[in-house]
Amino acid sequence: MVTTRRPATGGTASARRAVEVAGRVRDPEMPMLTLADLGVLRGVEVVRDAEGGEVVIASITPTYTGCPAMATMRDDLVHRLNDAGFARVEVWVVLDPPWSSDWISERGRAALRAAGLSAPGPAPRRTGPVPLTLGPPRSVPPCPRCGSAATRLTSEFGATACKALYRCTGCLEPFEHVKEI
Amino acid sequence: MNDDHGSIFDGLLGGDSSQWAFGTDFEDPLAGVDTTTPDGVDPAELAAYCLMLGDDALIMSQRLSEWCSRAPDLEEDIALANMALDLLGQARLLLARAAAADPRVVPGLPEGSPVPPEDALAFFRDDRDFRNVRLAEVANGDFAHVVVRLLMFSTARLALLERLCVSRDHVLAAVAAKGVKEVAYHRDWAGRWFVTLARGTEESRRRLLAALDALWLLQAELVAPHPLEHSLALAGVGVDPASLRDPVDAVLGQVLTAAGLDRPERAPLAGVGGRTGRDGLHTEALSLLLAEMQVVARAHPMGRW
Repeated sequence: MVTTRRPATGGTASARRAVEVAGRVRDPEMPMLTLADLGVLRGVEVVRDAEGGEVVIASITPTYTGCPAMATMRDDLVHRLNDAGFARVEVWVVLDPPWSSDWISERGRAALRAAGLSAPGPAPRRTGPVPLTLGPPRSVPPCPRCGSAATRLTSEFGATACKALYRCTGCLEPFEHVKEI
Repeated sequence: MNDDHGSIFDGLLGGDSSQWAFGTDFEDPLAGVDTTTPDGVDPAELAAYCLMLGDDALIMSQRLSEWCSRAPDLEEDIALANMALDLLGQARLLLARAAAADPRVVPGLPEGSPVPPEDALAFFRDDRDFRNVRLAEVANGDFAHVVVRLLMFSTARLALLERLCVSRDHVLAAVAAKGVKEVAYHRDWAGRWFVTLARGTEESRRRLLAALDALWLLQAELVAPHPLEHSLALAGVGVDPASLRDPVDAVLGQVLTAAGLDRPERAPLAGVGGRTGRDGLHTEALSLLLAEMQVVARAHPMGRW
């Protein structure tokens, strides 16, 4: 377990720089997004250990439990922060509250659309048991290429855990949609 | 060639894993997470409970992984692989949580082995130490078989995770909150295919009925009360499977009705001396599954991957 640490004093400039450096790290699977825009970067702080040495603690949360990109995110954060002069970096995992697609920033949504991906709508807010859905989805996202509302779900599982596959019946192009969770 | 290295393989396994697409170095999936056992809970019981839920996910994930490249079309192949990945992620956190609660459950490895506790639990335990339900372990059949198995498995798991979201154990509660969102997709996928196959051709209906008949006797174990689960439910940490019976029956009834099928009449598969998968009593299928899953890791207990 991690030893008790006290917050860095007089290190606010350094903390701001760490936030800025970590904020530029991109998602390995959807590189049009930064980890911050995807909403998986949950915090960056600079603390001091018992000897007074500076340690950056960056916290990330998985989009899906089995997300295989977590190790790459961790490595990328450590390396970019090392490059920026922070010799000691720890990456912590935050599980609670779980990631929601609602945390994707406006800038992130624009980046998804610019890359031909369909951005998620509002995540469902449930109280009580999840209803079983045997029919096709009630609403479908518009085509990110031609804007047509006539699209069809191909599969709720795509090339990465966070995306579903759709096809536009207007322009006939397939597209990926970031799922609402 | 770099002068520092006599061979191209030198330096590959240093502390820096950035040259690998997904990193190779082990990491703690619970780094920085508070894993204190809640007040009034026996750590050994909590660990055993985490193994039950983690082993269900791990073994089901392994069976789904065996479908890779064998599904009827690419979309379903990807769907099955996605579901396997979700469950593997849940298994990893749950096994890590078991090890954090009670390190005594982790098999001993040679000194200096880099294998992390959750991998030691997955790859170095024997069949009798696994606590999964037998439904998860039976050998794969045809596509109807995986649809029926997933429907039963995900219906019970979703009902369980929904109730586990309020667990007094913060790790279990967090795994459950995320898992609900994932397993809801699994259940919808299985439910839709169940109805599609039942209402499809004569052949698809025949195959679905055969799978239902073969698997129904294993369904009851998912909601069978077990003393350990009952005890942890009383402590506000776990979920008593008996409380899942009605909600699970309701969902299965909904799917059977939509499929135009009657509820199968099959007695549950008996345990041996009252012992079932939850007690480490398994079918031969688990031993064969583990032999394949564990052979490489066991051959290289000092290996880094």
